[in-house]
Amino acid sequence: MVDHVLRATPDMAAAAAPAGRAGDFAGPSGPRPRRAFSRRNIFIYGTLAVVAIYYLLPLYVMVVTSLKGMPEIRLGNIFSPPMEITFEPWVKAWSSACTGLNCDGLSRGFWNSVRITVPSVFLSIAIASVNGYALANWRFKGADIFFTILVIGAFIPYQVMLYPIVIVLREIGLYGSLWGLVLVHCIFGMPILTLLFRNYFASLPEELFKAARVDGAGFWTIYLRIMLPMSLPIFVVAIILQVTGIWNDFLFGVVYTKPDTYPMTVQLNNIVNAVQGVKEYNVNMAATLLTGLVPLVIYFVSGKLFVRGIAAGAVKG
Amino acid sequence: MTPVEAGRQSRLFRNLSAKIASIPMILTALVIFVGGTAWTVFYSFTNSKLLPRATFVGLEQYERLWATPRWLMAVENLAIYGVFSLVFSLVIGFLLAALMDQKIRFENTFRTIFLYPFALSFIVTGLAWQWILNPSFGIQQVVRNLGWQSFTFDPLYDADIVIYGILIAGLWQGTGLIMCLMLAGLRGIDGEIWKAARVDGIPTWKTYVFIIIPMMRPVLVTTLVIIASGIVKVYDLVVAQTSGGPGIASEVPAKYVYNYMFLAQNLGQGFAASTMMLLSVIIVVVPWAYLEFGSKRRHG
Repeated sequence: MVDHVLRATPDMAAAAAPAGRAGDFAGPSGPRPRRAFSRRNIFIYGTLAVVAIYYLLPLYVMVVTSLKGMPEIRLGNIFSPPMEITFEPWVKAWSSACTGLNCDGLSRGFWNSVRITVPSVFLSIAIASVNGYALANWRFKGADIFFTILVIGAFIPYQVMLYPIVIVLREIGLYGSLWGLVLVHCIFGMPILTLLFRNYFASLPEELFKAARVDGAGFWTIYLRIMLPMSLPIFVVAIILQVTGIWNDFLFGVVYTKPDTYPMTVQLNNIVNAVQGVKEYNVNMAATLLTGLVPLVIYFVSGKLFVRGIAAGAVKG
Repeated sequence: MTPVEAGRQSRLFRNLSAKIASIPMILTALVIFVGGTAWTVFYSFTNSKLLPRATFVGLEQYERLWATPRWLMAVENLAIYGVFSLVFSLVIGFLLAALMDQKIRFENTFRTIFLYPFALSFIVTGLAWQWILNPSFGIQQVVRNLGWQSFTFDPLYDADIVIYGILIAGLWQGTGLIMCLMLAGLRGIDGEIWKAARVDGIPTWKTYVFIIIPMMRPVLVTTLVIIASGIVKVYDLVVAQTSGGPGIASEVPAKYVYNYMFLAQNLGQGFAASTMMLLSVIIVVVPWAYLEFGSKRRHG
């Protein structure tokens, strides 16, 4: 049963395969282009360039808006570059933008997000990698049943489980705290991460595992001394996947935390969509860029690993 | 201790570390996924208001749900958003992937550009597009400044077309991923196929439509499931871009659930609405799982 689910998501399997094998972008297979300035080439590059401009436009507009003063924005061309560059909106967004009565800027949300993301990423990957390892190498009766439920559970809309989790968190005294949200991220990261690690560990040569067993190594020794050092790429993929996913989360943040502990996305939305006060579009755009900066940096730095990560995580939606 | 009991006990403790390592998974699967879902479905048949109460009212919550204009609006919006986002992301994603597959230069640059919005959260996406579509400063004003004074393009302030304004942002964020999946699918197809089609003199577009696309079925199915499960969850984008407005014109089911559960303190409605969301996912996922089952069984 589990294998049907796995087979059904080839990209996840591809993402979980060791580095050498997942040549998703190994080489083009389309027909060969002829002359450099053929009509065909002009059409291809022209179309791609126009689409690329469309994709870049919002980022460009955000950047130029965040560098303008309000008087210049009121003059009104969002596409024109700033006549006079000012970093004041960025400073204001970071340290003194208001949500309700609180005027300490996005920095609070940023640090909350850091305090949520770091333990969530660490814990969810620790739990899921050990679990995936157990599922791949130390199968026990019934394990596949729970794993199947876990993978199917990834398709259940979060809204269905929101309130039961509120009750669970309240019972264990974590409702409204950062650690409650960390737990929620561990829970909802588990299906995809466990799948990722299980497939990866299952793809490693079995002889390694057997040899270690013969030498008398146990569950944890094999995990720490053999599996862990061999699977750094998949850990990097998992970290990219989790950092961007958790940093970008809004729903869990708004449901399971209080205003003091709101993550950055929630605070950003509250700042920009505040009903009262004069709208400062430059500050809003600076705040939006600040929130998007962490995943963007990860994206531009990690390149192809990011593609593998999202191909694996896409099922999360 | 009898030998039988001892045997049972040792079986339980065999492979103990693996069982301990699986405890989080077992708890999540049973308590959250099975237990939580069953709990919500169960309480959707009660008249819970501020707190969950086990007073059964049958299907009353569902009757009320389907008589609420806000919910009907949410379903209609989701249907429009769903159909258009499915069609457009598949078509645009495939066309971009096909263009990218023509042995072009700067492929990595183009891919980086098409995919970067996917790294951004829906909140950031929504706020960026809220600004671009702002009627007094955004595209509308820019075109008017060029001299076309009657130009109107304010989807976020027009109840009739607001969902298309959200669609623009959603497509901007998500098509890059679809393009990547399709490109991986295209690259997975044997180059010999192209050569054979060429030898037979089949035009390129015909090769795509009648040979390549049918061969990409597994990738297409996966993509379809990914898009569909993403559509049902649409929430943050609407919250950031319009907060559901103007009025209730851009309401979506996920937002309806949140509002009734955590703001309107009408839990029963929230549970009923989330159960309907679950039902819609089941309708999409079960046939897909069944198809995959079937094909697996046929291959033995």
